[in-house]
Amino acid sequence: MPNIVFKHADKRYDERIERYVFRDLNLHIRRGEFTVLVGPSGCGKSTLLRMIAGLESVSGGDLMFDELRVNELPPVKRGVAMVFQNYALYANMSVYDNIGFGLKIAGLPKAERHALILDAARQLQLDELLQRKPAQLSGGQRQRVAIGRAIVRKPTAYLFDEPLSNLDANLRGQMRAEIAELHRRQGVTTVYVTHDQVEAMTLADRIVVLSRQGLEQFGTPDELFDTPANVFVAGFMGTHRMNLVPVDAAHAPKLTLLTGQTVHALAAAGIGTVGARPEDIALVEGSSGSVQLVERLGAESLVHLLIEGSASPLTALTTDRSLAFGHQRTLRVAPDKLHYFGPQGQRLSAP
Amino acid sequence: MKVRSSGASEMAKSLLHLALMLLAGMVFAYPLLFMVAASFKPGEALFTDLGNPAALLPDARWSLNNYRAVFDKGAVGAYLLNSGLIALLSVGAGIFINSAAAFALAKLKWRGQGLVLTLIIGLLIVPFEVLAIPMLLIVSKLPWLDASGLTIGWLDTLHVQIIPFLANAFCVFLFYQFFKDVPDELVEAGRMDGASALTIYLRLVMPVCKPVIVTAAIVLFLGMWNQYLWPVMTVHTAGARPVMVGLQQFFGRSTQWGEVMAYACLITLPVMVFFLLFQKQFIRSVVGAGIKG
Repeated sequence: MPNIVFKHADKRYDERIERYVFRDLNLHIRRGEFTVLVGPSGCGKSTLLRMIAGLESVSGGDLMFDELRVNELPPVKRGVAMVFQNYALYANMSVYDNIGFGLKIAGLPKAERHALILDAARQLQLDELLQRKPAQLSGGQRQRVAIGRAIVRKPTAYLFDEPLSNLDANLRGQMRAEIAELHRRQGVTTVYVTHDQVEAMTLADRIVVLSRQGLEQFGTPDELFDTPANVFVAGFMGTHRMNLVPVDAAHAPKLTLLTGQTVHALAAAGIGTVGARPEDIALVEGSSGSVQLVERLGAESLVHLLIEGSASPLTALTTDRSLAFGHQRTLRVAPDKLHYFGPQGQRLSAP
Repeated sequence: MKVRSSGASEMAKSLLHLALMLLAGMVFAYPLLFMVAASFKPGEALFTDLGNPAALLPDARWSLNNYRAVFDKGAVGAYLLNSGLIALLSVGAGIFINSAAAFALAKLKWRGQGLVLTLIIGLLIVPFEVLAIPMLLIVSKLPWLDASGLTIGWLDTLHVQIIPFLANAFCVFLFYQFFKDVPDELVEAGRMDGASALTIYLRLVMPVCKPVIVTAAIVLFLGMWNQYLWPVMTVHTAGARPVMVGLQQFFGRSTQWGEVMAYACLITLPVMVFFLLFQKQFIRSVVGAGIKG
């Protein structure tokens, strides 16, 4: 199992023009780790995955599997296996033949192929479905066949390209658990692309947060949650979007309530944005703001509190189910739970 | 009251629709039915029965005499065989050649493919008559190696009626449009499994393209079966003559309309059978039912 390393890697949209998907990307995916590439649509996370697979070229720099430079190596020689978003099953073949196709191309003897296919089918509870065609399977079953096709090749790395995005919520949760279990059992390097940051947080050993500007942060879920490197990561990661308040006169009432400081003082300290997670904001008796909206989430509610003098609300998570539109409240947040960012969006320490 | 009148007007609409469809059907079907009926009658009956719908029905005058005469007077059996061979070989090889070209254009990446595609689409608007003379000059000089040795010139052969038409711009474009709808992930999954481009084309993509294969087969079959100008230009002996040229020759030798109609029936029958066998797939392909990967 290799470490997968990008060294000063570039990727152009078109090899003939100077427009880049990535420039000077340096990324080290450790062997055996479950690494998630997350980011909004169009940020290049699938492109990055496809570069690892060999389906996209590396325009500049190096892609290394340990000491081996793989830029020019075709996909099948890299020893990786990919699971596609829309399954990409071979519609004219049965489940059995779908799983075994790569082994047949590789020239494995029939008996050996049969044993590997049955083993993969057993792991994924596909034993009863081996003679069916993909059109006769449900979405979840098709995804398991796609995973089976990957498992059977005993790859050095699994590459998942948004494999659960076509499934309903219940099935997504179930398949997520199966993928996590697969990684736990086999310990194979896994690179997983998703736009769902909740999925990223639950599955990953480490997360690569990408934006259209490139790599924003690479760290563990806790690091990204507790110490986001910039405003983009802060706003992107977390079940509920962080409250990000720009340091300017229009947001003075919010800033004063959150930090106890004036806009002038914050600006003088070089702070451009103040952040506070809804989970860290406590709603208490007071009249600084009034409830505009309550999103009931079961045991908790996400309350939108419009602070007097502000144009937009802050959000806070609460277990108080009595809150409703128009109720007056104020808020408290512990100083160490506040996040400070500079004018360019970079993380700063507390003033 | 309102429900009843709406039901009556719906019935009237359906009846009108049916009447119009029947009329249209009769307009299209009448010439074919006339041809079949006339082929069983003596020649003079054809003119006396014109305009009489009952003439389409079998009567005492019906016999197989015209068909016997066709086989006696002309080598229609041999011509049918020639056209059959030409059409079937063209369909077989043409589907492979044109689909392979379309696959390379639609699913592979190589320098110049945009230009090649533009040229192929451009060829769609060039009439065959523009190319016929240059093609004739070329085929009259090309060498051919077979069991009897090396000959120069392809004239008066079956292969001169097949090989120049295997690459068909319309069929390439038909396959190209279909392949564009096949998800790229299917090809990529094949690449990840280690399949070559040829394997992906033959074992992964072509098996899901049955409707368009049938459409291309029908287009190629009809085109090759109905060929007339090129065989007239390149084939002057009976040995390689196809049915359409044979019909023209027969028409020149026989003024018995009943016999001409019998000949026409004989050469129409294989086309009808071919179309009837594959009409479902043809219609599905024409109305644009695609394949989802």
